[in-house]
Amino acid sequence: MSRIQKTLSALKAQGKTALVPYVTAGDPRPNATVALMHKLVEKGADMIELGVPFSDPMADGPVIQKAVERALEHNVSLDDVLEYVRAFREKDNETPIILMGYLNPIEAEGYEAFASAASSVGVDGVLTVDMPPEESMGYFEALNQVGLDRIFLVSPTTPESRLAAVNQKGSGFVYYVSLKGVTGSNELDAADVARQIERLQDKMDMPMGIGFGIRNGENAYQMAQLGDAVIVGSALVSLIEANAHCDLYEIELALGEKMTEFRAAIDRADALNVQE
Amino acid sequence: MTVDFAKFPDEHGHFGPYGGIFAPETLMAALEQLNQEYQSLKNDPAFLNELNDDLRDYVGRPTPLYYAKRWSESLGGAKIYLKREDLNHTGAHKVNNTIGQALLAKRLGKTRIIAETGAGQHGVASATVAARLGLECVVYMGADDVVRQAPNVARMKMLGATVVAVESGTRTLKDALNEAMRDWVTNVDNTFYIIGTAAGPHPYPAMVRDFQAIIGREAREQILEKEGKLPDALVACVGGGSNAIGLFHEFLPDEGVAIYGVEAAGHGIETGEHAAPLCAGKPGVLHGNRTYLMQDEHGQIVGTHSISAGLDYPGVGPEHAWLKDIGRANYVAINDEEALQGFRDLTKYEGIIPALESSHAIAYATKLAPTMSADQIIIVNLSGRGDKDMNTIAQIEGFEF
Ligand SMILES: Cc1ncc(COP(=O)(O)O)c(C=O)c1O
Repeated sequence: MSRIQKTLSALKAQGKTALVPYVTAGDPRPNATVALMHKLVEKGADMIELGVPFSDPMADGPVIQKAVERALEHNVSLDDVLEYVRAFREKDNETPIILMGYLNPIEAEGYEAFASAASSVGVDGVLTVDMPPEESMGYFEALNQVGLDRIFLVSPTTPESRLAAVNQKGSGFVYYVSLKGVTGSNELDAADVARQIERLQDKMDMPMGIGFGIRNGENAYQMAQLGDAVIVGSALVSLIEANAHCDLYEIELALGEKMTEFRAAIDRADALNVQE
Repeated sequence: MTVDFAKFPDEHGHFGPYGGIFAPETLMAALEQLNQEYQSLKNDPAFLNELNDDLRDYVGRPTPLYYAKRWSESLGGAKIYLKREDLNHTGAHKVNNTIGQALLAKRLGKTRIIAETGAGQHGVASATVAARLGLECVVYMGADDVVRQAPNVARMKMLGATVVAVESGTRTLKDALNEAMRDWVTNVDNTFYIIGTAAGPHPYPAMVRDFQAIIGREAREQILEKEGKLPDALVACVGGGSNAIGLFHEFLPDEGVAIYGVEAAGHGIETGEHAAPLCAGKPGVLHGNRTYLMQDEHGQIVGTHSISAGLDYPGVGPEHAWLKDIGRANYVAINDEEALQGFRDLTKYEGIIPALESSHAIAYATKLAPTMSADQIIIVNLSGRGDKDMNTIAQIEGFEF
């Protein structure tokens, strides 16, 4: 069982929903990332999604685009991101880490070289936004070989006919994109998500994570009742943006506060389930 | 060579290792629907009749194949014919494609059209067909291009389109494409994305090629009629590659016809400030397909430079990547200075003011023609007219505009 699978099944056994924060690696500067990751864990993160900066983040909204631009000002590369993970693992060997990004930096490195480097530094899963299950060409095999989980997005527009491929090629969990839009949009419709999750649940042999558009405790509370994991990105990254020029301490404080809000909301939702 | 070019791309959009569908999940269903609709319509007589009527009566096709006698003689060598795509309604080849995609949009019941544009020609062509069909139209354009192609921005607005200046990234065509994709992901239910070049995820490269292939079909017929033989060489500029593949495609099986795609060398390939991925890039994945890209060793896309906004793009359509690898087409590059000279030459000798994009093809023909004999023939795709470039030219030549 992978670290992601272990974490999610342990939480499930306790009736808990995972909180999964996203930050862009190297944002607002390279030496902040490892410290911020530890802070996220301290404030209740069950897994971490680490964004790999790419010059053309086609599926990201303005908040994460700007985060990526901040990181790229420091020329943060995929190799650097793997180095942050290695450093993080010196003190934390428990929290699963998922790399989220686009295919081209991985193509440049080579699938097998990337897969073995990522698994050796302690990455647990990879989500590649512009690599659908159909185009595998050896990529997913390379990840599978070294035991990296393959996380796929499923969206409100994903037809039934494609779910089987996602279920077959994916592992760890399925990431349900809770709205039509880029990261950071705010059109979250809880009733619609509930309908969709119901449609998906019995077609997937994996836990369901829900992300995109979860900006506050209220959203997180609703989503925690529907999925096994709640993924929050732009809401945190916009706080990094607001404090980009401040001391690390200030960034940690801002992120910590927001994480506490999310954690409390999710715990409240989980308590509700236990009562039922 | 025994490649059956008509068999490409395969059903998943692959041209050898290139092309494919590398798209965010939210778009996969829309791309599949578009592909199905396109595959069923592309041989549908009613659809093709409607398309051909529009091309004839609205666009003004067929465009002439013009023997540029004075210019050819000044060069001393091959006879050069110009395929006059500049004479299309809206002034470039782009409309061949927008007319086709707009018909598809109508069939799919979409009420809103979006497009990316570099030079503004595709934006104008999209705004034009949107006006004609009464559809809402939003055009994404890099903020730098909004400035250098101001006349086309005015035309788009006049036609009722909303022009969004894209400030992210390098503020040029690639960033406009990113922003259009983001719009499409968000508004996929009611929106049709008209991609303006033979790139993007399948089925766009094949579909745009098919709509542009009328250029080569006409040219082949016209040259056989005028000269009784096929040309010896074809020359077209390559941004994303739509006017080039449009001219080339019909001639791919004709082994005796040499094919030259001309990329933008900008300040010179050796300076790194150019837009010539086929000449100086390497394969990768961007904007939904695998193709040659300008990128650094970490796979980040690097900024491009060309005097012409329409060529200022770090990628290229996947069919060109494949034609390069199998050796069927040659890809060369022309720098800003050479393109400007081509622009001046054609204006001076033929009274035709070419677009700066097309001027790259003109400039390459001025190098190629003298190496050939007087009984040989070159067809140059004159992809667009130069009115839109008057700002840039006025600045360089130092006159008031
Ligand atoms: C006149 C003209 N020619 C060529 C191009 C380059 O595009 P493509 O390579 O798709 O033909 C453009 C793009 O804007 C253009 O306006």
